[in-house]
Amino acid sequence: MKTTRIMIVAVGGQGNILAAKLLGEAALSCGIDVRMSEFHGMAQRGGVVESMVILGDGAGYCIADGEADVLLGFEPVETLRAARKCSARTLVITNTAPVLPFTVALGHAVYPDIPLALRSLASRVGKLTTLDATTLARLTGSVQSLNVVMLGALASSGVLSSIGTGAFEKAIQGKMKAPLALQNLRAFQSGYEACQNEIRGNSACAVE
Amino acid sequence: MTHPLLTDTADRKMLLLGNEAIARGALEAGVAFASAYPGTPSSEIALQFFHIAREQSDLYFEYSANEKVSLEMAAGAAMCGLRAIVSMKHVGLNVASDALLTLAYTGITGALVVAVADDPFMYSSQNEQDSRYYAKLSSLPMLEPSSVQEAKDMTHYAFDLSEILRSPVILRTTTRVNHASGVVSLGHLRRRVVAGSFHKDPYSYVCIPSVSRHLHPKLLKKTDQAANIADESSWNFIEGNGSFGVVCNGVSYGYVVDAITESGYKDRFKILRLGFSHPIPEKRILEFLDGCEKALVVEEGEPYLEEAVRVVAHKNGLTTPVFGKGDDLFSRLYEFDPAIVKNVLAKVFDMPFPIASPINTRDFPAAPPRPPNLCAGCPHRAAYLAVREVFGDSAIYPTDIGCYTLGLHAPLNMGDFLIAMGAGLGSAGGFARATGKKVVAFIGDSTFFHSGLSPLASAVYNRHNFLLVILDNGTTGMTGHQPHPGVDVSHLGLDKTQIDIESVVRGLGVKSVTTINPLHFAKAVEAVKRISSESGVSVLIMKAPCPLYEKTLPGHKSRRPYEVRPERCKNHRICLDRTGCPAFHIEENLVKIDSHRCTGCALCAQLCPEKAIRSAAREDNKR
Ligand code: SF4
Ligand code: SF4
Repeated sequence: MKTTRIMIVAVGGQGNILAAKLLGEAALSCGIDVRMSEFHGMAQRGGVVESMVILGDGAGYCIADGEADVLLGFEPVETLRAARKCSARTLVITNTAPVLPFTVALGHAVYPDIPLALRSLASRVGKLTTLDATTLARLTGSVQSLNVVMLGALASSGVLSSIGTGAFEKAIQGKMKAPLALQNLRAFQSGYEACQNEIRGNSACAVE
Repeated sequence: MTHPLLTDTADRKMLLLGNEAIARGALEAGVAFASAYPGTPSSEIALQFFHIAREQSDLYFEYSANEKVSLEMAAGAAMCGLRAIVSMKHVGLNVASDALLTLAYTGITGALVVAVADDPFMYSSQNEQDSRYYAKLSSLPMLEPSSVQEAKDMTHYAFDLSEILRSPVILRTTTRVNHASGVVSLGHLRRRVVAGSFHKDPYSYVCIPSVSRHLHPKLLKKTDQAANIADESSWNFIEGNGSFGVVCNGVSYGYVVDAITESGYKDRFKILRLGFSHPIPEKRILEFLDGCEKALVVEEGEPYLEEAVRVVAHKNGLTTPVFGKGDDLFSRLYEFDPAIVKNVLAKVFDMPFPIASPINTRDFPAAPPRPPNLCAGCPHRAAYLAVREVFGDSAIYPTDIGCYTLGLHAPLNMGDFLIAMGAGLGSAGGFARATGKKVVAFIGDSTFFHSGLSPLASAVYNRHNFLLVILDNGTTGMTGHQPHPGVDVSHLGLDKTQIDIESVVRGLGVKSVTTINPLHFAKAVEAVKRISSESGVSVLIMKAPCPLYEKTLPGHKSRRPYEVRPERCKNHRICLDRTGCPAFHIEENLVKIDSHRCTGCALCAQLCPEKAIRSAAREDNKR
């Protein structure tokens, strides 16, 4: 398979590493080669967590600036922070619900105007898809599954056409016990549909 | 449930983390004995053995007090014919190196793999030393995987090599292998041999000068034998037959292959991948240089291979230009990425290697930083505030390695000097002697057992003047809550002896020892005040469990979160500004506590002068 590079960024505790694993397992079950690397610095909680997932041909484990085919952001400021990974053809899928950094609470930093920033991002990348994955996750039963909502959004983007939704569902069932898996399957579905709707122009996914 | 790494289906493909792959490689090699002191990015290697040993009791695993002890422990087992592995981070090898360098002289009779994980870019380390020089320094063989699959296969091979050479073998990785995941084809699990025997041979094993004088030439002979194996090793392979040569190791190999494949210049290049990189496979390098117009060495860190390639060229009278580190070439700093490698390839070989063009982000609003912070409810926060309450900025605060290092950041601002495990305590006497100022050193419980005992004994003996605060949260927090000698692990079904820190401190001759819970804030401040005027070495043990670890303990009941009463709050934000607790946030310009993050530690409630913060429980009672 042609190399596809997916950069996943999140705040610690949002389940970035698990999302990357689920994506990796889904790809593996479809016979696609997977190389991933994860970075979480010193922070156990509340820091920035990055995963790089590279599917298909190649040998490297790292995505250089401008190389990402997809940037999947679980938090809008993290999407902006990682924007240098994008080129003019990158698909960006971002959650719009902020997680305020503590530096903002302390008054040491300001949280930027997200709709404005996302609009300039949208004008420079291939495509920007936005969704309030936090709310969608809550609606399916737990904020914790926002990572799986985001995976659903990624699955519906069409970039990973060789990985069917069945493979994702199998990966979710393989990594979680029954009740949790069920709830996450709903989360996956909800992210999937949200972005399908967006393609049809539903405002639920619009920037503001 | 059987541990996934015990799957005994050969050829089965699994998505594994690099560190899991290393553990799997050891299991496939029939490892019987494993020991470690945790350290990022190596920790998950030991974690696998920790879990597996609880399932299969014939595998021995232990978290030792430090890396030197864990190496010596594994060496003891390997001296009796067992297959053993010890894992650590790069700076851990500094601690273990005293044992390693002479263990190289005695060799071992079974197999011993020393897995060491470097951390280029210092994602979670105090330096980015290149541990490959330890192989050179010790004359021990070294293997360096480039992929997750190789991490498994090379680990397995390292045991075999170690047994052939009767010598420890270094398996050197970097963060991007340890924390990479990839698809791995499994091999068979070899049955482990768990009982060994020791054959006494003091004139080979007791390294007094006269013995060592015989052992050193033996070691050099072994090194020659290892060099021959390295020359023939399939881990040192040549790909392609172009006239442009690229020598690489570790993760750099992937960047090189991808760059050359993408650019379509495959026929112009020849790659030498060195995976068995000590002793230097001179013949293989010579064979490679033959017909090379020029050669570029692609390696993160120091010019270890570059020096070797230059020596081989020089020895053989070759004038092939060799490039590597240099001002406009590769840096000795940080990690590489595909773009860095492409840029230098383009420069050295004077051909285009197209690089992706990132979008312009310069006019984007600055993303507010998310520096790592002590968790909500972390007792270290209270401990630091109590000390600051008494000494403010007037004292010097040498600190140490662990979660508590994060006390460095605002608003706590606690931490003036940090270099190595135990060095806060070690350096305290020096600071005090040189300045005559009050010195308060900090050390965590796990670090205390790792490297605190000898500096404390030394300080007591030499009659230094300082206060040592032992931040005892009952676990090794930073690396993922591993046990240490001060932790009760009976709930895990482990049969270990818990050592009481206070008794240790008294045993080392400290006369003034106080143990207090820092979350009882007024009492803690009182204790610091009382001790503040004492001379000699005083020890204050600030004891309260790590809230993240505590949650995992059986029978744990979580406390009610705290909340701000708006009718009392004067909104001066003393609570937030002093604690920096991440459970606080500002909502509609008012201070709020996130009930999901607050652990109910009550620190902020004790600091609020308006008594505006209270446990949410009380509210419930009122209703
Ligand atoms: S009680 Fe206060 S200091 Fe403690 S965790 Fe909750 S908000 Fe933070
Ligand atoms: S210290 Fe007390 S009064 Fe001041 S802002 Fe915090 S809760 Fe309100």
